[in-house]
Amino acid sequence: MTDAPETRTMNMIQAINSALDIKMGVDPDIVVMGEDVGFFGGVFKATEGLQKKYGKTRVFDTPITECGIIGVAVGMAAYGLRPVPEIQFADYIYPALDQIVSEAARLRYRSAGEFTAPITVRSPFGGGIFGGQTHSQSPEGIFTHVSGIKTVIPSTPYDAKGLLISAIEDNDPVIFFEPKRIYNGPFDGHHDRPVTPWARHPASAVPTGHYRIPLGQAAIVRPGEDVTILTYGTMVHVVAAAVAEKGLDAEIIDLRTLVPLDMATIEASVKKTGRCMVVHEATKTSGFGAELSALVQEHCFHHLEAPVRRVTGWDTPYPHSLEWAYYPGPVRLSLALDKIMQD
Amino acid sequence: MTSEEPRRNLRPLSLHVPEPRFRPGDPVDFADFDRGRAGAVPRPDPDVSPEAIREVAYSLVRVLDDEGQAVGPWNPRLAPERLIGMLRHMALTRAYDDRMYRAQRQGKTSFYMKSTGEEATSVAAAYALDRDDMCFPSYRQQGLLIARDWPLVDMMNQVYSNRGDRLKGRQMPIMYSARAAGFFSISGNLATQYPQAVGWAMASASKGDTRIAAAWCGEGSTAEGDFHSALTFASVYRAPVVLNVINNQWAISSFSGFAGAEATTFAARAIGYGIAGLRVDGNDALAVHAATEWAADRARDGHGPTLIEHFTYRAEGHSTSDDPSKYRSAEERSKWPLGDPIARLKQHLITIGAWDEERQAAMDREVAEEVRAAAKEAEQNGILGEGLHFPFSTMFEDVFEEMPWHLEEQLGEMTEEWKASGR
Ligand SMILES: Cc1ncc(C[n+]2csc(CCOP(=O)(O)OP(=O)(O)O)c2C)c(N)n1
Ligand SMILES: [Mg+2]
Repeated sequence: MTDAPETRTMNMIQAINSALDIKMGVDPDIVVMGEDVGFFGGVFKATEGLQKKYGKTRVFDTPITECGIIGVAVGMAAYGLRPVPEIQFADYIYPALDQIVSEAARLRYRSAGEFTAPITVRSPFGGGIFGGQTHSQSPEGIFTHVSGIKTVIPSTPYDAKGLLISAIEDNDPVIFFEPKRIYNGPFDGHHDRPVTPWARHPASAVPTGHYRIPLGQAAIVRPGEDVTILTYGTMVHVVAAAVAEKGLDAEIIDLRTLVPLDMATIEASVKKTGRCMVVHEATKTSGFGAELSALVQEHCFHHLEAPVRRVTGWDTPYPHSLEWAYYPGPVRLSLALDKIMQD
Repeated sequence: MTSEEPRRNLRPLSLHVPEPRFRPGDPVDFADFDRGRAGAVPRPDPDVSPEAIREVAYSLVRVLDDEGQAVGPWNPRLAPERLIGMLRHMALTRAYDDRMYRAQRQGKTSFYMKSTGEEATSVAAAYALDRDDMCFPSYRQQGLLIARDWPLVDMMNQVYSNRGDRLKGRQMPIMYSARAAGFFSISGNLATQYPQAVGWAMASASKGDTRIAAAWCGEGSTAEGDFHSALTFASVYRAPVVLNVINNQWAISSFSGFAGAEATTFAARAIGYGIAGLRVDGNDALAVHAATEWAADRARDGHGPTLIEHFTYRAEGHSTSDDPSKYRSAEERSKWPLGDPIARLKQHLITIGAWDEERQAAMDREVAEEVRAAAKEAEQNGILGEGLHFPFSTMFEDVFEEMPWHLEEQLGEMTEEWKASGR
C-alpha cells in the first residue's frame, strides 16, 4: 500500500510542462528544442520555465526550419540523446516530412537496430480557434500511414502528462499531437457557449510526480450498450456532450494512441454493442477513420448490426469564417447518431 | 553515453546557443552598432559580377543622412512629387495597420499583423518596381498593395472575412491575394513564396516576357529549406528576380541570431550562391528604392537575381497573439539607430523645402479619414462571426475546378445539417 500521489489542478499546458519537467529532472539526455520554446517558453507556453531550470543547452530556440529541427533531432538521437522537438503548429510539420518518414521512422529498420530515433515530436493540432487553414489542420492520418512511428493524441491533462512521459521513455519515434482547442479547458462543441476551465473536470487532478499511461491503451470514457463511438483528442468531449444531449447509452472510447492501436478494447466493445461510429476532426478521405472502419469490419463483421459510420471534418481545406460549418459539432453528431441507431 | 570521460587529453567541447543582447528590463545601448556613413557605399553598375560587390553585402547602403539630406551614389534622385507619394503611402499603411489592429482588439476579427517601422521596405520597393512586376510577399507586405493603390475596402473585407471578401472568408486575416495588383496569394507557411517567385521569373524569361518577379521573407524564414532552394534555382537559371529579406531583428520571440546573424549578414547569403547581394538601411526609403531599382535593372538586363537584405526593426509585436515585452527590451524601439522610415522621409522632404509640418498634419488627417471611411464601408459587409459571411455552400467550391461526387455528397450533408440546426 502506498499513499495516493500528490496531485495539483492543471490544464493541459501545465500537464505537458510538468511531464517535460519531471523527465528532464531525472534524465540528462532529454533536450527540448523548437521555434520560440526557449526563453519565451513556446507560443502556447508549454515549455515555460524549462530553459531557466535546465539551461540553454538542454532547452533551446531553433532556426525556423522544421526539416532542420527533426534532422538535428535524429542526429542527436544517434549520439544517444532523447530529443523532444516541438513543431509550433502541426500545419508546419510538412517541411519535416522527409526527416520524419524517411529517416526517424526507418532508422531502426534499415540499421537493424544499430541506430534508433527515440524522439518525441510534440505539436499542437486541430481547429476551433479561427486559425484558418494553416493553424487548424489534423494531419494524424499522414503519420499513422507511415510504418515505424507511433502516433499519440491525449484528450485530458491527466492523460497528456502520463502519455507524454511514456512517449519520451519509448525507444521509437512518437508523434505527439496536442489538441490546442482544449489546452485551457474541455470543449463540448458548442462554440457559442462560454468556455469551461479544466479545473471543473476530474482529469485536471494531475499527480505532480512521475506516472505513465502506457502507449497502445485506449480508455473507455463512458461505458454503454447501444453503440460504440471511437474517437480521440478534442472530439472526445464533443462526442460525450452530444451523447449526453441525446440520452443515448453509447460506449465512448478515447483511443489515446492511434498506432499501436488498442484493438482488443475496440473489438470487445463493438462485439457488445453491434454498432460503431468513428469520429474525428480531420478530413474524411483516407483519414484514420477509414483505417478504424476497415479494422472493425475485419474483426467484428458478424456482430455488426449497422454499417460503420464516419463523422469527420469535410474534405476541404480548413476555412476561416466558416469554421463552425466545417467543424464536426453537435448537429452533425446528432444526425449521425440518429442514423446509426436506425440503420 | 553523454557521461563518458573525455578521450585522450582533448578539451571537452561545449555547445554555443545564441543569446540576444537585451532582454525585458535591460537598458539598451546600440553605441557599438556601426551603421556606416550615409552615402559612403559605392554604387557599381548593375551588370557587375557578384564577386566584385562582396563588400556591399557586409555594408549598409544609406542615402539619407542625419540632417535629412540625400547623399552619395545611391541617391535615386526622385522628383519631390514621387517622394511625397511614397510618404503618403507609407503613412496610409501605418494608419491602416493601426485601424485593423484596433478592430481585432475590438473583437471584429480573429487576428492581425502590423508592419509598423517596416513600411519603407514594401512601399519604396513597390515604387521602384514596374506596376506589372509580380510580387510574392510574406504576410508583412501590406505596403505593396497600398502602394499599388489597391482599395483599402477590399483588404479590409479580407481581414473581416465578410461577404465582401473576394477570398470568400477562407483565409486568416492579412493572407491577401490580389492577382490584378501583381500580388501572389499569401501562404501561412514561411518561405514557400521564395522558390515560387523564382519559378515565375524563370517562366517569364523562358517566354521572352519583360516582367520580373520579386519576393519577400523575414530574416527568420531564411532558415527554411525553401529559401536555399530558391537561391540555388535563381543562381543556376539567372532568374530575373529580386529576393528581399526583411531583417527586422525578430522572428516572434527569437532574435536574428537564431537565423545565423551572429556569424554573418543575410545579404552575404548571396555570396555562396554566386548571386549579387546588397544590404540596405530598410528605414531609409531612398536606399530601399535605389537598391530595388538597381536589382530590377540588373534582372531586366539579363544579369540575374539579387538578394537584398533590408536592415530594419519590427517596432510592434509579431502579431495580435504575442506580447513582445515578455522577450525583448521595450527600449529597443526608441533607441533604434536607424530611426523611423516615415519620420526620416518627412524630414528629408522638409529639408529640401518640398514639405512642411502643416502639410504633414493635413496628410495625417487625410489618411486617417480615408482609413476610417473604408472601415465603415467594409463593416457594412460584416465582421467576423456576425453572420454576414459567404454562403456555406462556397466552402466546397475551389477545392477542385469541378466538384467530385464525394464533395457533392458532403455538401448535401452539410445542407441537411444546417436545416436541422434550425438557423
Ligand atoms: C513553416 C512555418 N513554420 C513556422 C511558422 C510559425 N511562424 C509564423 S511567423 C514566424 C516567425 C517568422 O519570422 P520572420 O521570418 O523573421 O518574419 P517576421 O515575422 O519578422 O516578419 C513563425 C515561426 C510558420 N508560419 N510556417
Ligand atoms: Mg523577422
